[in-house]
Amino acid sequence: MANSQSMCTSFMKELLLGQHQFGTSTITSRTSLTAPTTDTFKAALYFASATVNAATTAYSVTGEVTNTSGSGYTAGGVTVTNANAPAQTVSPTATAGVAYWTPSASFSWTALTVTTAFDAVLIYNSTQSNKAVSVHTFGSQTITAGSFTLTMPTNDTTNALLRLSTT
Amino acid sequence: MIVTTTKGDMDEAQLEKREGSVDNEIEMTTWVEYWLEGELVHRSAHVTLKQPVNFGGETAAFA
Repeated sequence: MANSQSMCTSFMKELLLGQHQFGTSTITSRTSLTAPTTDTFKAALYFASATVNAATTAYSVTGEVTNTSGSGYTAGGVTVTNANAPAQTVSPTATAGVAYWTPSASFSWTALTVTTAFDAVLIYNSTQSNKAVSVHTFGSQTITAGSFTLTMPTNDTTNALLRLSTT
Repeated sequence: MIVTTTKGDMDEAQLEKREGSVDNEIEMTTWVEYWLEGELVHRSAHVTLKQPVNFGGETAAFA
């Protein structure tokens, strides 16, 4: 065996678990700093005309979907079901690794009417000042007196919604 | 089957049904529309995300 230079995969998972802090930061209390509780994440939809991307730092109502009629969509979006603990996998040769996480249920809206095209969902941390986590895009959609469901990919090494990888 | 529409609940038999799907590297999407006399009265969609966001390299090699 020889040493191989790589970020440790366990470290990447620990980032998702908030176990590392390399500088000062201000966070909302999680009851205990040694055993922090899981934050609440939310998912908000954005019109195709909006601008949410890698530069987005926090949830904003600017460009967020609004109801054309009815009340099927609530500002801020829906709460993400989070029963999947961040996981990690190391390659058999221990030269590569990935840590990953995927929400454990679909995001769903019912009795919805939004006739202006939307094509993105922002996942954000509503416990920690609505800090942005990720933006996911899809083909533009409109909904008329119907439902919109956003199903998550398989929570595994290759397909998980969020991946932190070496290589 | 009863369909929720902009005109209220209606029997599916009264409506024209249109369906479609998209399957590419980003998503797998299905949608259904119901039309009444040329007017869209219901549209639902189901999007399954396929493309993860990745921090670091592309898909790690696990050979």
